[in-house]
Amino acid sequence: MDTDRLIQALAADHEQRDRRVGTALATALLVALPVTAAMLLVTIGFRPDFMTAMRNPFFDTKFLVTLALAIPAIVISLHLSRPEATLGRWIWLLLLSPFILVAALIAEMMMPQRTPMMMRLMGRNSMLCLSAIPVLSLPILGAALYALRQGAPARPAVAGALAGLLSAGLAATLYAAHCVDDSPLFVATWYTLATALVTAVGALAGAKLLKY
Amino acid sequence: MHGRDDEWTDLMRSANAGDGVAYHRLLKSVTPVLRAGARRGLARAGQPPDQAEDIVQDILLAVHLKRQTWDTEAPFAPWLFAIARNKLIDALRRRGRRIFVNIDDFAEVIPSEPPAETLPQAEIADHLAGLPPRQRDVLQSIAVQSESIKATASKLSMSEGAVRVALHRGLASLAAKLRRD
Repeated sequence: MDTDRLIQALAADHEQRDRRVGTALATALLVALPVTAAMLLVTIGFRPDFMTAMRNPFFDTKFLVTLALAIPAIVISLHLSRPEATLGRWIWLLLLSPFILVAALIAEMMMPQRTPMMMRLMGRNSMLCLSAIPVLSLPILGAALYALRQGAPARPAVAGALAGLLSAGLAATLYAAHCVDDSPLFVATWYTLATALVTAVGALAGAKLLKY
Repeated sequence: MHGRDDEWTDLMRSANAGDGVAYHRLLKSVTPVLRAGARRGLARAGQPPDQAEDIVQDILLAVHLKRQTWDTEAPFAPWLFAIARNKLIDALRRRGRRIFVNIDDFAEVIPSEPPAETLPQAEIADHLAGLPPRQRDVLQSIAVQSESIKATASKLSMSEGAVRVALHRGLASLAAKLRRD
């Protein structure tokens, strides 16, 4: 087929345009988030003392930390879906969540503690945290990658890693409602490990799926 | 340069607003530039320039299928060249690997002179045959026989909507085949 003919076919197809990446991602998250929420509710559920826990600032901080990761990751994945986009200064947005976490760590250090540091770090259910966040993030990661396929990222693995970060952030936000370990030390250790795992999966999958 | 870039941006804006003629003109106008770029890239990588047309077609398909990622407020040329660069690098990487594999596999039968390349038949034509029958027939009719969507619809006894869908899916499958290649 010569190039002129191809152009002719492309021009004939000009009315068919795929959805914008933003629309696709919004739809994907609206579908995947209820799935993940349902997974959480029918398996481990919310922690029994959810209402009292809300009065503990370190419990609330968990949601702040996870959302401060998820929202910038969403914004950056949309940015990176354009072929000419680079990470550049956008990467600074990802420091928001670690920044809040470090501030919480310092705050906790300065408070008188009844539980020893090692116990706060290990928490009551670190293994559940390490497995639940990745499992809960799978529907979101799948949906996000599917949506980001509408895009044209210059570096598919990076775009995939961002999809991993956003799904881990959202999954961790939901998981935080179950998690009884509120110490920033616990969050900094186990949430971070779980997030790193999902990010790596996202990067590997993205390298394959987001190539255009 | 700036005049050309602005013209492209304007054409693409009109195309987005539904102007098919502007879109056709835009694709025609970018193609020689893409071709020159592909030839230069191949030459710099020490590759024969006769594969440039495959790369150009690959770029055009990507431009077409990914045009929703162009920000209407941004100039068109940087977006276009980002896609072109990406596709060129891909093509060179693919060919590089293929050559390496060839040397590995046929080391003992390779004559001292490089074998003459078979004339490049555009890759797309090869892939056309591998498409699902409907997509293939529609693409054959519109791209190879230059029929309109209307004529294709009546010839294949399909609705015009179905032709449009098959055309779009066919182009997307072609791009996917080129990528996997």
